[in-house]
Amino acid sequence: MTMYMIGPSLFAISIAGKVALGAGLLGAAAGVIGSFAVLKRRSLVGDMIAHASLPGVCLAFLIAGSRDSDALAIGALLAGMLGVGCVAVITRWTRTKDDAAVSLVLSVFFGAGVVILTYLQNHGTGGQAGLDSYLFGEIASLQSRDVRRLAIVLGLVLIGVTLAFKELRLATFDEEFARSQGWPTLAIDFAVLGAIALVTVVGLPLCGVVLVAAMLIYPCAAARCWSNKLAVVLVIAAVIGALAASGGVLLASFPAIGGPIGEWSAWLVGSTPPPGPMIVLTGAVLFGLSLCFAPEQGLLAKLIRDANLRHIIGRDHLLRSLYELTEPQLAARPGVTLSQLADDFRGRSAQLRRLLAEIENEKWIERSGDSVRFTSAGLNRATQVVRAHRIWELYLVHYVDIPADHVDGGADDLEHLLPPELVTRLETELATAGRLPPNLKSIHPL
Amino acid sequence: MTELLANIDVRAVLVALVTNIACALAGVFLVLRRHSLMGDALSHAVLPGLVLAFLFTGSLGAGPMLLGAAAAGLATALLTQLVASSGRVSNDAALGVVFTALFALGVLLVKRFLGKIHFDIACVYEGSLLNAALDTVSFGGVELPRTLWQGLLVLAIVAGCLTLFWKELGISAFDPVLATTMGLSANKMHYLLMLLVSLTAVVSFQAVGSILVVAMLVAPTATAHLLTDRLMPLVVWATLLAITATLVGYAAAVRFDFSPAGAMAVASGALFALAALLGPRHGLVSRVVGNLRVGRRIRRDDLLSSAYRREESGVAAPIAASAAVAEIGGGLLAWWAYVDLLRKGLATRSATGLTLTELGRTEGAQLVRAHRLWESYLVEQMGIAEDHVHAAAHEVEHFLDAELRERLAAERPAGEKDPHGRVIP
Amino acid sequence: MSNIALEVHDLTVAYRRRPVLWNVDFQTTEGRLVGVVGPNGAGKTTLIKAILGLTPLASGHVEIYGQPYAQQRQLIGYVPQRESVDWEFPVTVRDVVLMGTYGRLGWFRRPGAAEKAIADRCLAQVGLTDFAGRQIRQLSGGQQQRAFLARALAQEATIYFMDEPFAGVDAATEAAILELLRSLREAGKTVFVVHHDLQTVREYFDEVLLLNMRLVAYGSVREVFTQQNLQRTYGGRLTLLDQAAEAVSLREPPT
Repeated sequence: MTMYMIGPSLFAISIAGKVALGAGLLGAAAGVIGSFAVLKRRSLVGDMIAHASLPGVCLAFLIAGSRDSDALAIGALLAGMLGVGCVAVITRWTRTKDDAAVSLVLSVFFGAGVVILTYLQNHGTGGQAGLDSYLFGEIASLQSRDVRRLAIVLGLVLIGVTLAFKELRLATFDEEFARSQGWPTLAIDFAVLGAIALVTVVGLPLCGVVLVAAMLIYPCAAARCWSNKLAVVLVIAAVIGALAASGGVLLASFPAIGGPIGEWSAWLVGSTPPPGPMIVLTGAVLFGLSLCFAPEQGLLAKLIRDANLRHIIGRDHLLRSLYELTEPQLAARPGVTLSQLADDFRGRSAQLRRLLAEIENEKWIERSGDSVRFTSAGLNRATQVVRAHRIWELYLVHYVDIPADHVDGGADDLEHLLPPELVTRLETELATAGRLPPNLKSIHPL
Repeated sequence: MTELLANIDVRAVLVALVTNIACALAGVFLVLRRHSLMGDALSHAVLPGLVLAFLFTGSLGAGPMLLGAAAAGLATALLTQLVASSGRVSNDAALGVVFTALFALGVLLVKRFLGKIHFDIACVYEGSLLNAALDTVSFGGVELPRTLWQGLLVLAIVAGCLTLFWKELGISAFDPVLATTMGLSANKMHYLLMLLVSLTAVVSFQAVGSILVVAMLVAPTATAHLLTDRLMPLVVWATLLAITATLVGYAAAVRFDFSPAGAMAVASGALFALAALLGPRHGLVSRVVGNLRVGRRIRRDDLLSSAYRREESGVAAPIAASAAVAEIGGGLLAWWAYVDLLRKGLATRSATGLTLTELGRTEGAQLVRAHRLWESYLVEQMGIAEDHVHAAAHEVEHFLDAELRERLAAERPAGEKDPHGRVIP
Repeated sequence: MSNIALEVHDLTVAYRRRPVLWNVDFQTTEGRLVGVVGPNGAGKTTLIKAILGLTPLASGHVEIYGQPYAQQRQLIGYVPQRESVDWEFPVTVRDVVLMGTYGRLGWFRRPGAAEKAIADRCLAQVGLTDFAGRQIRQLSGGQQQRAFLARALAQEATIYFMDEPFAGVDAATEAAILELLRSLREAGKTVFVVHHDLQTVREYFDEVLLLNMRLVAYGSVREVFTQQNLQRTYGGRLTLLDQAAEAVSLREPPT
């Protein structure tokens, strides 16, 4: 009653809110438990369980005679675990490999489900339309009771993972070591699979078969980009799972709210976008963002690092060229004309100009008209660069047995990454072996 | 002929046969390379390619459809590699991420653009063989279902590629590194396979749905692999199994009013179960029976050798059957071995008990010989202490054939005794 | 008389019924550093796994200080081969070392301050203190190996089994590991080390166990590590043994 008094639009929003809450709970649970499947490199086990549970749903419907969601969920859970058991039996007792066993169980169980489903349809038991939602999900049908159930499942998953965090981490990371310590890794494994099956079957009616599997994979895949600690990964996975699920559901409800946003989103995704795909696509976007923008491990961070390295390499080259041109009269630090430098930077004149401006800014060179000359700080710097280069070359020639005319290229890549301590160590080593030519000693830092 | 082809059931079966055989053939190397899950992924991921092709050309002609499928299939393979190469995500997770995203995109596209047209989304899973059979086009004067034409085209492509690249596919499935060092890029073969699977998936899609595609890609090869160890027979078996599953599934579907696609998937699963249980060499039943036979033979050998030893030691009196059986551990298998012993004429039963026949005596001598030769070998060649060798020799004696026995004997001077000082017969 | 730390009695291990280890039988006195040496495919890893109960035995039994393995787990430290785990896994070096204490903790109890102190001490022992917070992929091969060693140390065991701890490590790590092995021996521990480098056997170990499908010889390095025994270990495969193994695995009656 009160709902109607608040008004239809608020009513719609409150339904959307409930649905988003339910989806968020599911997303969080899937994110946490799915992480253990992803980290164990069997991400598609959720896909298998989701498909395998269909005959259970249909049989439960046949037996219970109604769309009682608890009965259907129990049927789904049993069938899903039966599927897991079948895979275990097939890989243990036949020569069929696990990937084929998973695909086989997935498709055959699902086929059996379709058979029962069409039987139900053709024999007009009625109400079977609801079973179709198991294929693609019908999140709008979410009820308060479902939200409660999702909350319980999330609670169970969180309690289980928190309590047995140590055991799960060990058994997932190093099963053999765990067994040598006497942990029942097989039982732990089945407990994890059971939890995955539980989350999968409560998620099924909301997202549908394929897409519930996605909810188990995305959060961990995304979270893995952000952290190297399991506990943090799990927390981030829960957050990302919840965000993707509730965000997807909310996005799916945009076309219904009207106004310019509604029209625009209706144009983009249709007037009644299915929530399951919206959830998965939201998850895909979050994953893509994580992959690109995560600090340290993101693609963007990698690009920046690469660009920085290339930049340093270019600058070092310039310093080395200048040094080599100055070398005949090092103490006098004579000027070097730009045309002399241009030889070393043929076809890269823009880069040369930019680098010159930069090292001038650093006060490493002084420019007068067409010629540049080192400042003493600049010479110092260049000396270090050249020293690292030559010592590395020597090391390659003497210890790695690379012919002398081949070392330049090899030295180029690595020398820029050599830490100063290592250069000093190499130098001492070469010096004690009597392999450091006298002219190289002259370029010690001033 | 034309009359037969006008029959809707015949058409439907033909469509299913052609698409399923194409799937089975494309699946052979997929399963052997342990990429079965790629089949699951591709059969879903081709959906957006299919929808986009339809949207751009407005038809479901073979050309645009196959192009769309090829594009989606290659996109899946490439994107998976790209995501996995980021180093943060393992291959399987990358695959899971990519194909579900593409599938979600496909479903969204269907709902957005094709929702009101003839594209029933549930068909993604179970297809519609009936619609496929009804939608006919005439080609060269023959009126056949459109999907059948497309299926034949894809079947020809798949069979052609398998024939052309037979040895390349074989080597890269068996040993990708070797293949690459030989200049047959395993990676290229991977993409070729992905392409073939995408093409078959997209054609089968409309007729039988994505799930039967997975079943038909994996089940025939997995089943055939239980029945044969060689590649060529495996391909033949896979084809025959696909045909059987199709016919049985369709018949059941018509009889009981089921979804034909579902029934075919179940039939292929049932064939797998049958092969796993009853297969000639790798089947569960034959292995259990084999184990029982070996168990019986081991116990029969034990009866023989203990009787022989008794005779050898001069205890002439035969002992009662029950005592002999109890001596080797008793149990049903031991009794069965005892019956076998009598039936094979190796021993006779008299009032006093069990007596070896001449044949039994020879066999018993061979067994004891194998036992003692092995004991000597263990002690002399392997440096194992005398008092530790009896149990080991007892295990091995049953399996040493004449050739091995003679080679063991050749390694030692004639007439020498065993480690316990007994004569080697 | 000194204590028998490990007794392996007539151990036979079969893989798919094909025997890969025949009748291995030996006992080791407490406080020895034992090198397990043999060619590739000789069954060295199999022997360790069989002793640890990770591979089922076809026959024979193993006793640790006179008791079956299952009752003596807390006495065992294990360093598996480096390839056996997923190095991308989101754990830090310290997490890995902490895992060594899990066996003692039992179900659901979290490692507390005491366990963390042990882990830090073990990290210091192998010289990884500065790397404790790193993800394990970000270590060099030698450092990864040392992390595994630290985990075994954190088990505070009495008998250690190490599967190729010297494989693919730099000279500095090799020296550090050797140092560690010796300090374990000083503390009265027994250590089994699967080892590949014949050059260093004499220098590293007290006793050597020569293995090639069967126990060729076992005893003090001085007595056992002889040219003759090495030839017996490495001198080609025993074709007869191979054929017998094949015959047993086929389980077909002789013709």
